[in-house]
Amino acid sequence: MSGPTLEQIAKGDGLALCAAGSWTARFAPALEKLVGEAEKLTGSRPNIFIDVSQVSKLDTFGAWLIERLRRALTNGGHEAQIAGLSANYATLVDEVRRVKPAVPLPASGSALTAVLDGIGRNIYGIGETLVALVDMIGAVIAAWFRVWRHPSKFRLTSVVHHLEQVCWNAVPIVVLITFLIGCIVAQQGLFHFRRFGADVFVVDMLGVLVLRELGVLLVAIMVAGRSGSAYTAELGSMKMREEIDALRTMGFDAIEVLILPRMVALVLALPILAFLGAMAALYGGGLVAWLYGGVDPSSFLSRLREAISINHFIVGMVKAPVMAMVIGIVACVEGLAVQGSAESLGQHTTSSVVKGIFFVIVMDGVFAIFFATIGI
Amino acid sequence: MTSTTATPITETPTAAASTSADAIISVRDLTVAFGSRRVLDGLNLNVARGEILGFVGASGAGKSVLMRTIIGLVPKVSGTIEVFGTDLDSGDKERREVERRWGILFQHGALFSSLNVRQNIQFPVREYLKVSERLLDEITMAKLTMVGLKPEVADRYPSELSGGMIKRVALARALALDPEIVFLDEPTSGLDPIGAGDFDELVRTLQRTLGLTVFMVTHDLDSLHTACDRIAVLGNGKIIAQGTMADMLASQHPWLREYFHGKRARAVIG
Repeated sequence: MSGPTLEQIAKGDGLALCAAGSWTARFAPALEKLVGEAEKLTGSRPNIFIDVSQVSKLDTFGAWLIERLRRALTNGGHEAQIAGLSANYATLVDEVRRVKPAVPLPASGSALTAVLDGIGRNIYGIGETLVALVDMIGAVIAAWFRVWRHPSKFRLTSVVHHLEQVCWNAVPIVVLITFLIGCIVAQQGLFHFRRFGADVFVVDMLGVLVLRELGVLLVAIMVAGRSGSAYTAELGSMKMREEIDALRTMGFDAIEVLILPRMVALVLALPILAFLGAMAALYGGGLVAWLYGGVDPSSFLSRLREAISINHFIVGMVKAPVMAMVIGIVACVEGLAVQGSAESLGQHTTSSVVKGIFFVIVMDGVFAIFFATIGI
Repeated sequence: MTSTTATPITETPTAAASTSADAIISVRDLTVAFGSRRVLDGLNLNVARGEILGFVGASGAGKSVLMRTIIGLVPKVSGTIEVFGTDLDSGDKERREVERRWGILFQHGALFSSLNVRQNIQFPVREYLKVSERLLDEITMAKLTMVGLKPEVADRYPSELSGGMIKRVALARALALDPEIVFLDEPTSGLDPIGAGDFDELVRTLQRTLGLTVFMVTHDLDSLHTACDRIAVLGNGKIIAQGTMADMLASQHPWLREYFHGKRARAVIG
C-alpha cells in the first residue's frame, strides 16, 4: 500500500490536483497535511480539477478530505471539480457531500465564569440534596405506616437477607478494626498518663471514649463505607436498567419493596455492630493495659465499673439507630438519583459515602450538644 | 459477484477449503466449549470479501458465541481462525493490526455511557490516528450523516437516545476507522419494522459505497431477505447449510423448512 500524494499540474488557465496512492484512514494525518496545504491555494487560475483517477484506495476519510478540499477551493472563488471518480467511489463521495459542516461546540465561556458557574450550581445542589433527603424521610415514614397497618406487606425475607449482608457479614471486619482502635487508644493513653503516674486513668478514658463516642462513630463510618455504598450501587444499577420502573408499573411501591427493608436492616444492624465494636475496643484496650501498662484484668474491670455508668452506654447506643437512618436515607436518595451512565453511578456512590460520613459526624455533634445540655 | 459464491447446501470440508483463498474470514475446525458442553464442534466457515453474510440458528445455538470467538472475546478449544489471511493466534501485534480493520456492533450497542455520541465515535479514532480536532469533528459528522442521524445528536448521551438511535450510533462507532469487516449482532432486534428496514437499507448502502464485508447475526427474516447475499445456518455446533435465500427456501432440512416456511416466514416471503 503506497502513501497518498497530491500533485499540482498546470493546464492552460486551469490547474489539476492529481491525487494518487491510498487515501484511507491509515494515512489520515498525512492526508490532512496534504489537503491543508492545497486548501490555501490562491492564484489566478479559476478552474481547478481534483483528479482522483490515480487513487488506489478510498474510504470515508479520503473521500471527506477530497470533498473538503473542493469546498474550500469553491469558497476561495475557484471553479473546483472532482474528476476521474470510478463508479463505486462516486457513491461514497456523494455520501460525504451530504455532510454539513461540523457544528461548533457550544462556547464554554471564560475560566472565571466557569468557576462561578460551578460554585453556583453546587450551592443550588445543596438545597436540592436537602429537599431530596426530607422527601425520602417522609416517603419512608409513610411506607412504614402503611406496613404498620397491613403487616402482611412487610418483607421479612428481604430484611433478613439485608441483615445478613450488612450485619452478620460485617461482624469480622468491624470487630477487628474496633479491637485495634481500642488497643491504640489504650497504648497512647498509657504512654501519656504514665508521666503523671496516672496509669490507671487510662481505663476511665477508654471506657468513656469507647462507649460514648468512638465505638458508635467508628462503626457508623465503617457501615457508611461498606453498606451505604452497596445500597447506592444496588439501587443505582437497578435504576439504570429500568428495574425500578418495572416495579412501579407492576403496582409495587419502590420505597416499600426496596428501601424499607434496607432501612430496617440497617437500623437493626448498626446498634448490634456498635455494641460488638465497643466490646471489642474495650477488650483490645484492656489487653494493652494489661500487657503494656501492667493493669491486670481484675483491677481493669473494677476500675471500669467505677469509671462508667449505664448512662455512658445508653448515650452511645441511642445514637446508633439514628445514624443508621441517616446513612440509609442518604444511600437510598443517592441510589435513586443515578442517571443512565456508569460515571453517574460512580459519582453517586462516592457522594453517598461522603455525605453519609458527613451527616454521621454532624449528628454526633448534635447529640453531644444535646446530652451536654440535659446533663448526661 | 456475491450470488456466484453460493456454495451447495451440504457443506463439505474440501469444497470449503477450495474457496478459502479469496475468503476474508476463514474458520477451520473450530471447537468452543463451556465446561463439558460443546457449543461449537468442528465448525468450518468462509466469508468472502464484499459479501453480506446472514447468520441464523435457533436461540442458544451459538451464533453469538461464534461471533465472539472470531473477535476474540471467547476462548476456543481448538481450530484456527484466519482474518485477512492472518492467523489470529500468531501474536498480539498481528492481532492488533487485524483488530483495527474490523468494527463491531454489539447487540445492545455497548456505547460508553459516560461519553456523549461525538466522543463515542471519536474514541477509536483518537486512539489510532493523530489527526486534528477539526478533522475528528468532520469525520464524526460524516459518520453520523452516513448512518442517517442529525448532527444535533452529537452532543447527547447514550441514556438520552432511543433504541434505534443507539444502534445507529453504535454502527457509526463501528465504522469510525473505516473497517473492512463489520460484525453486527442482531442489528435490527428491538427496532420497529420501518426502522429495521431502514437499517437493512443502510447496511446495503454502506456495503456498496465502502466495499464492506458484513457478518450479520440475525433473526430478522426481512433482513435475511433484503440485505443478505448469503445465509449460513448453525445447528448442533456446525454449519448445517449455507447458500442464497433461494437455496434456503428449496432446502428439505426440517429445521430450515420450519424456519423459512413457518407462519412468520410466509408473511414475509410469501
